[in-house]
Amino acid sequence: MGFHYELRFAGVGGQGSLTAGTILAHAAVFHTNYYATQVPTYTSQVRGGAAKADIIISDTPIIFAESTNVDFFLATHQKAYNAYKGDLKQGADVLVDSGLVTVPDEDAKIYKVYEYPLVRTAKYEIGNVVTMNVLAVGICVGLTQVLDVEAVRETVKEEVPERFLDMNLKAFDMGLEVGEKFRREGPTKK
Amino acid sequence: MAVDYAKYLRMDKMPLYWCPGCGDGIVLKCYLEAIDELGWSKDDCAMVSGIGCAARVTGYVDFHTLHTIHGRAIAVAVGIKMAHPDKHVFVFGGDGDLVHIGGNHLLHACRRNIDITVVLINNWIYGMTGGQHSCTTPPGAKASTAPRGSYEPTIDVCKMAIGAGAGYVARGFAGDPVRLKKLIKEGLEYKGFALIDVFSPCPINFGRRNKLGDPAKLLEHMKSFLVSSAKAKRMSEEELKGKFITGVLHKDESKPELTEAYKGLVEKAQASDEYWAKYAKGTLTDADKYKITREELKKLYPYDVETPLKEWKKL
Amino acid sequence: MGRIAFLNANAAVAEAALVAGLGFYAGYPITPSSEVPERLSKIMPEKGLPFMMMEDEIASINACVGASASGVKAMTCTSGPGFSLKQEALGMACIFEVPLVVVDVMRGGPSTGLPTRPSQQDIMQARWGTHGDHPIIALAPCNAQEAIFETIRAFNLAEKFRQPVVLLTDGALSHLHTKVYIPDPEEVEIIDRAQPDVDPDNYYPYDYNYEIPPLAKWWTEDGKSYRYHLSSLIHDKTGFPTVDPKYTQWLLKRLHNKILNHVDEITKNEYYKMDDAEVCIIAYGSTAEAARVAIDQAREEGIKVGLFRPLTIWPSPEKQISDIASKVKHIIVAEMNLGQYKLEVERIVAGRVPVYGVGQAAGVLIRPSQIYEKIKDPSKSVEICLTEEELKRFGGGE
Repeated sequence: MGFHYELRFAGVGGQGSLTAGTILAHAAVFHTNYYATQVPTYTSQVRGGAAKADIIISDTPIIFAESTNVDFFLATHQKAYNAYKGDLKQGADVLVDSGLVTVPDEDAKIYKVYEYPLVRTAKYEIGNVVTMNVLAVGICVGLTQVLDVEAVRETVKEEVPERFLDMNLKAFDMGLEVGEKFRREGPTKK
Repeated sequence: MAVDYAKYLRMDKMPLYWCPGCGDGIVLKCYLEAIDELGWSKDDCAMVSGIGCAARVTGYVDFHTLHTIHGRAIAVAVGIKMAHPDKHVFVFGGDGDLVHIGGNHLLHACRRNIDITVVLINNWIYGMTGGQHSCTTPPGAKASTAPRGSYEPTIDVCKMAIGAGAGYVARGFAGDPVRLKKLIKEGLEYKGFALIDVFSPCPINFGRRNKLGDPAKLLEHMKSFLVSSAKAKRMSEEELKGKFITGVLHKDESKPELTEAYKGLVEKAQASDEYWAKYAKGTLTDADKYKITREELKKLYPYDVETPLKEWKKL
Repeated sequence: MGRIAFLNANAAVAEAALVAGLGFYAGYPITPSSEVPERLSKIMPEKGLPFMMMEDEIASINACVGASASGVKAMTCTSGPGFSLKQEALGMACIFEVPLVVVDVMRGGPSTGLPTRPSQQDIMQARWGTHGDHPIIALAPCNAQEAIFETIRAFNLAEKFRQPVVLLTDGALSHLHTKVYIPDPEEVEIIDRAQPDVDPDNYYPYDYNYEIPPLAKWWTEDGKSYRYHLSSLIHDKTGFPTVDPKYTQWLLKRLHNKILNHVDEITKNEYYKMDDAEVCIIAYGSTAEAARVAIDQAREEGIKVGLFRPLTIWPSPEKQISDIASKVKHIIVAEMNLGQYKLEVERIVAGRVPVYGVGQAAGVLIRPSQIYEKIKDPSKSVEICLTEEELKRFGGGE
């Protein structure tokens, strides 16, 4: 099998997990010539219920889009972390919001856990909490290098509303930096 | 000038199916006279009906006609009118058909104010199926399913239609064809939803069971429930209880008509091009622009199944 | 050239309908089908086409019948409970013989059931949901790309055979976004209903001289007006009611035969690794994708197993299934219901080989591993199940 990468973006409804997933999937499909699938799962409770988006990126068409070996897991809420941490593969990269999710010690032994104050940074350093998902996308790309940085940046430009563009690009670049730092220095929780 | 009724009728379908003394023929005659006065071409007229005695009208008029299922005529007519906003669309039907089973469609057609003219032949009974009571059967009146008299309250269809937002609402009486024709004509001319509720006798299935088998007697009986709008103005609320007012009850020239409103929406949509502006950038993109080759496209559908793409196989 | 897009099957159906020449949409919102009208509500006004959200499911299909009868291609879209409500008017479309496309995004039932979860429980409803004897065409695509192709085909079949066509997708397909190609109308074959070659005075909507009489548009492009009558009652060639027993029998037979005489043209099937197969999996829609993965896995171990996938669910591919029954040792039907299509396969196979089923109506996709296990041991029950102790307590099991 060639290139095959599974990501899971989980949070509670309203946090933007689905949008983050869409950005990566679109970057793969429109700017990288990969195949991608995206399966959003949410409960009938649109705001506040656990929600996730499973993204598979591959260089061959994906026949059965079932995420069973997740390479990268983003959790921005404890509820979502607990509900969707199954299906992770051993040694998967796990990115959580340090203020909202506490990763159990035994999990840190199986996965590479990175903690970062996503919400706080988005709100106070970037200036708007809605940029959290793009910040997370930036960290994801910087850390995993699953897709070309420019491809993702182009997609961010296409996907976010124009009036939030500058703010989001700032978030993306900040995320990239953080991600690259994580890549160099290894997991934050050992 | 005498109206050439035959011009509008499918004469090979004569004689009419209705019972002696039935009001349906009178209503049809008034309606044809109104059409004739307006000078509308048969080619531009479409009529839809559901099921019932009144619904048989579609078989007789030489228009584009659909004889559909019980209660749904107005919904079908909405489809035709939206697809052909420049044509005249009519619905004929009875109280059981249009108000009882099809009441929801009537309500929402009123609300939308779509340019359809509905002639509701209200005979207080399910005539064709043997005289079962409907939502317009007066309390106490006997029906085959109400042998001791109906115990349910009745409905004032016009009040309901006005409340729901219909642009033109009138009530006529089969016993007063001169005025009925005028009411129908005004409804046809009105650009918006027009409902003409026509009280019409069913001497066989309503009359006989209620000792009103003589059509003239039944007409008199029905008339006793009716009050002209001019007279009603001078009556107290107490006096009007249980009465039904005739004449033009409501006419709103300012309410937008639905197909016109849709035209406005189309103009707005085409001017802003919102959809393409959003999607041309992201989810909807020219394959050429993103340099997707035909070979790669083929990979999107790797199955050994023929596709409707003419050139797919040749790739 | 067309467009590349990243869509779920609902959006794909909406886009494809426009490629096929959709001229009128009326619907009522219902999970998990609502992306279809949501997308069309954006596009159709820009193209100047009428889009309606009606007061209920019944009104929406009736409005479509009206629009289609007058000469416009119409579609409505719904899910299980709404599909039940549409049945009476679906029958009207059958007896009127007006083209119509009804999309049913299958969700778990009965009743409100599992609104956000996938199922394939409407297979038999699609066939037998309407009262009376009538034929139906039902198609079941397995992914968003195929949903595009099959939607176009649904319109073509509807127009060609003057017949309502049901497109069956499911709640999983409606969530799964994939990369798809949306062709331009010029790239695909688009069929429009045949028009009469006689003038309006000599036109009959049910002319006895035709197997499928042309359905005249009420108002033609060149300014002609075909005035005629269509009745939901049993009717003669003029469209007017009749109760003549001989004619009634003839009409109902013709309704069936116009489909049955063209089964080869209407059915479409995929054979996957069936050449030397000793075991045949029959699966359709999204379940077939799981079967494909399971088959690849079993093949690696040398098990000779293949997939037969009907894209046309109704009319059923009797010849093909019968042929398979004469070649394989046994058949496994995998579907997200408790064995609806299995009944049809059993009818066709008529006891020649054993027919096993993976019948799961749990609101989740059948996984490849379940089908794989069934391939290994067909007598084994592989569906999601309670523990043995729970089973004893609540009853059930196979």
